[in-house]
Amino acid sequence: MDTHDHAPTPATIKPAAPAPVPANGAHANGNGNGHSIVEVKLKALYYGSFKAVRDTDLAIKRNAITAFIGPSGCGKSTVLRSINRMNDLVRGFRFDGHIHFRGRDIYDTKIDPVAVRRHIGMVFQQPNPFAMSIYRNVTFGLRLNGYKGNIQDKVEQALRGSALWDEVKEKLHQSGLALSGGQQQRLCIARAIATEPEVLLMDEPCSALDPVATRKIEELMLELKKRFTIITVTHNLQQAKRVADMTGFLYVDTTQGARTGYLVEYGPTEGIFNDPKEKHTKDYIQGAFS
Amino acid sequence: MSATLAEHTEPAPLSISRPPTNAEIVWDRFFRGACFCFAWLTILLVVLIIWEIGKHAFPAMQAQGLEFITGDKWDAGNNKFGILPEILGTLYSSLLGVGIATVLGVAVAIVLTQDFVPPILEVFLKNVIELLAAIPSVVYGLWGIFVVIPAIRPAANWLHEHLGEIPLFGTRLSGPGMLPAALVLAIMVLPTITAISRDSIAAVPPKIREAAYGLGATKWETILAVILPTSSRGIFGSVILGFGRALGETMALAMLVGNASNISWSLFAPGNTLAALLANKFPEASRVEIDALMYAALVLLTITLAVNVLGTWIIMRTAVDTKGGR
Repeated sequence: MDTHDHAPTPATIKPAAPAPVPANGAHANGNGNGHSIVEVKLKALYYGSFKAVRDTDLAIKRNAITAFIGPSGCGKSTVLRSINRMNDLVRGFRFDGHIHFRGRDIYDTKIDPVAVRRHIGMVFQQPNPFAMSIYRNVTFGLRLNGYKGNIQDKVEQALRGSALWDEVKEKLHQSGLALSGGQQQRLCIARAIATEPEVLLMDEPCSALDPVATRKIEELMLELKKRFTIITVTHNLQQAKRVADMTGFLYVDTTQGARTGYLVEYGPTEGIFNDPKEKHTKDYIQGAFS
Repeated sequence: MSATLAEHTEPAPLSISRPPTNAEIVWDRFFRGACFCFAWLTILLVVLIIWEIGKHAFPAMQAQGLEFITGDKWDAGNNKFGILPEILGTLYSSLLGVGIATVLGVAVAIVLTQDFVPPILEVFLKNVIELLAAIPSVVYGLWGIFVVIPAIRPAANWLHEHLGEIPLFGTRLSGPGMLPAALVLAIMVLPTITAISRDSIAAVPPKIREAAYGLGATKWETILAVILPTSSRGIFGSVILGFGRALGETMALAMLVGNASNISWSLFAPGNTLAALLANKFPEASRVEIDALMYAALVLLTITLAVNVLGTWIIMRTAVDTKGGR
């Protein structure tokens, strides 16, 4: 299955205006707030014959940070990676359901996954700058999109946006790999936000970083949510508490023979941590180590 | 060291740790010493070979001087020797062959690593290509004579008739020549370039690929803009290694290149290479001619060495560029 090729008629992702959000009474844990930009309606997600995730419906609020928490193997990263079709790169991946981005189903066969990823950026668990200069790292996405404007301004803007500018402005043409881990991760954030995607997916962005660098990224996330919608996965419950507006708790269901993840509870972070409705959530939060 | 440690620390009652025994220490020292010796032996071997060749080449160097390198006639009757056509022929055939093999080899390496074919086919194709390295040189030579030359002759002669003004097509292909030699050389070098390029492309961390896809790069944008640049050092290394092999390749070239002391841009003209010259002239060479051949061997060795040193130097330089300052 070669999913990287363009679909025969590349359908554009951008509707003329933000599509109206369909009413979704179906959400057991709906957020009630009408400003969602991404709607996940996942029935089942397979890798080959393995059902990795089932029944996960949630609406992502615009200009907010949504965190997915849950034990290892509950499929939180998998759900996150479905939102910009990164899972299409995995052999045997199958998605049953819909994910609407601004009212459009990104799993529609007419949609080109490459186009989806240009609107929904991603920051990964491990800092992964390219073996190029800092400057070239940041301009990579701009070049892909054929950006014609002032590239230098965009680079500065992106690096300021990721709070890295002051540390690297003197050495923009040095290799991105010469930076420290935390700086590399902020470079990756700069690279992702340079093209101004609407949504930024952050897959455990701090798990490879020390506490100081982690704190910096968290501050950055709070700053970035003014301009972007952020969806993040974290193992660190304290981090979810500190940064997330909305939190989704996923858990592993072993009753059907396999280890299938599903969404247990979704709502405002305060509610999830202080007044969880579900037993699984309560157990996880209370036994919680950060 | 270990003895003092044992003296000063009270062993825990249940611990099964113990310091290394004397036998283990001796074995460790012996192993280290042996590795050291063998490593130096290989270097000594290279020095010995150069010394041996240099010793035999010395009389010819004195007699022929630098005219040996600039001369273009191999006249054993008058003891006048020149190897300029062979030097140029060696470089020309190797550059052509390696050029073709690089394009093919990198293309194959990409197909074998970037999910173009199912994994089983990847393994199968990889082994088939590595099998090319197991075919004896003389078989390549025969294949060149009986298959490649007849196959390319019509096209070559058509090119000469219609585009003869271009120096590359300046002569007819009457039999052996530069192009058949280069084509066969390309196939012989292909396994080297493919194998090492494949490894270095496969060694690009998946997270780097993901980064490119995550930014919305297409498959080809990812390969051309990220994966190839990231693995460029390894690919370049494979090309240098292939080039070294091509420079010294003897048998197939002696059969295919034409063995004519001839300087020409034409792809279809017969030529000669240093290795082919050595192979062809040695059996019937006189004492003086053997010295001259030793001189030629020394020149070949120098070229090969220079290519490798240059390659290593370029790799080291680019390493600093991609890794950043130290």
